[in-house]
Amino acid sequence: MPQSPAIEATGLAKSYGNVRVLDGIDLRVERGAVFALLGPNGAGKTTTVRILATLTTADSGHARVAGHDIVADRARVRRAISLTGQFAAVDEKQTGEENLRMMARLSGLSRAAARRRAAELLDRFDLTDAGRRRTGTYSGGMRRRLDLAAGLVGDPEVVFLDEPTSGLDPRSRQELWQVVRDLSTRGATVFLTTQYLEEADRLADRIAVVDGGRVVAEGTADELKARVAGHRLDLVLNDTAAYWRLESHAIHRSPETLTLGLPTDGTAAHVRALLDEVDPERRDVARFSVQRATLDDVFLSLTEKEPAHV
Amino acid sequence: MSDVLTPALTMAGRSIRLSRRNIDAVITSMMLPLMLMLVFIYFFGGAINTGTKYVTYVIPGILILCAAFGASSTAVSVSEDMKGGIIDRFRSLDVGGTAILAGHVAASTVRNLFSTTLVLGVGLLIGFRPAASPLGWLAAAGILLAFLLAISWLSAAVGLLAKTPEAAAGFTFFMMFLPYPSSAFVPIHTMPSWLHGFADHQPVTPLIESLRGLLLGHPVGTAPWTALAWCGGILAVAIALSGVFFRVRTA
Repeated sequence: MPQSPAIEATGLAKSYGNVRVLDGIDLRVERGAVFALLGPNGAGKTTTVRILATLTTADSGHARVAGHDIVADRARVRRAISLTGQFAAVDEKQTGEENLRMMARLSGLSRAAARRRAAELLDRFDLTDAGRRRTGTYSGGMRRRLDLAAGLVGDPEVVFLDEPTSGLDPRSRQELWQVVRDLSTRGATVFLTTQYLEEADRLADRIAVVDGGRVVAEGTADELKARVAGHRLDLVLNDTAAYWRLESHAIHRSPETLTLGLPTDGTAAHVRALLDEVDPERRDVARFSVQRATLDDVFLSLTEKEPAHV
Repeated sequence: MSDVLTPALTMAGRSIRLSRRNIDAVITSMMLPLMLMLVFIYFFGGAINTGTKYVTYVIPGILILCAAFGASSTAVSVSEDMKGGIIDRFRSLDVGGTAILAGHVAASTVRNLFSTTLVLGVGLLIGFRPAASPLGWLAAAGILLAFLLAISWLSAAVGLLAKTPEAAAGFTFFMMFLPYPSSAFVPIHTMPSWLHGFADHQPVTPLIESLRGLLLGHPVGTAPWTALAWCGGILAVAIALSGVFFRVRTA
């Protein structure tokens, strides 16, 4: 029998009051993969993770995690997963070691096994020296590592990381990326959410871009990059007629300043070609500049189109 | 069995450790009843005629006040847990709401057995002379324990309901004032008559009457049974409510 995927979700929907947070999310994550859910604030990333981790129930839709139904087999799912959320889930007044031992006991290990597991994890996350200190004294990066370690006491098959690097300095972010790669090397499936294109690019085998509660694109980092150019060519136009003629091609618009942004890869050849294409008579464009595309541009260019799978 | 017990005991161990490291709060919860005891005995006591030495009259009431105030702080610690990310971690480890709350309640009970013992100790130093039989001591301890459990669990339910720890702290004030309109500090017949109905029938009065009778070796009548019935009722309602609140809060 072929192994079922680590995560399989169809049509997940969730509303809070009148706000439709998830509007039919479909996902499929193979075992052992690193999967990134990329999207802006409010796109529904956290809600998706909470539903898959059985902490929130969906209004409709189905999902299986580690082969178990998230509603009917909730306890089995919980035994197979871990979730590290945006807020530190460790006690500041306990030491790192006490936190880990407590989590290990709660995950069903004996006293002795919990002690061993805590020592192992402290060592693996480079926290052995800090293990006897209260976590209130830890730096942001250390706390995040401990938080992650606390999620791993039960050796989960599927690890959910909700914005694991938000608020971390660059060095701590690098360290955390390494941790995620190690997890994947050890065979765990990692499902992470992020607002950072770069993070998804560095870590994930596959990326799903979510916006407004829907998956608007899905694919490998390269596939997505091919769709979303890395730069933006901003054109200041001479008149409104030209502005409205070109408006539909734009991923960035500013009618007050008659400025439109078009996607480009930023190479001289492409910029030249693009200028020739939009303004063959060389009359309409007054000035231009090339910007590095922001995540906003990525989302705009993706959400402008019909949802599609690459 | 151990599936239920291990998480609850682990959670209790955690709560006790956290209380030990939050020594400021523990000291406050002990100092307040102690100060009130001294205020009542030395400032007001001379003017209050209860037919006995005032220290003898008031100590059982102070014990209940101390227990009510201390146990109600459970609301704050539960509310703090609910606010942070740790509750999700516990839930994703499949630790149930009952085990989480039972941990808080157990820790609160242990903490408050210490603080009531301290209050009793100081009471003995300043002239409280109980005349209880060993059985009377045991019964008094049992009633106090039942009260601690009931109020701790009720506070846990309030902690689930409160949006912030600050709001949860309001409950400690309510609990601290509940002993005033009872026979804790002055005999009820000295209060205005419209208060008698409430003061005679609120749960704190039979508790205090039981403690007072048991500790002083007086006949207690049915007061201990009324007190235990109140505690049992509060506990049952609190457990049921907290189950509902936990599900609503974590939905």
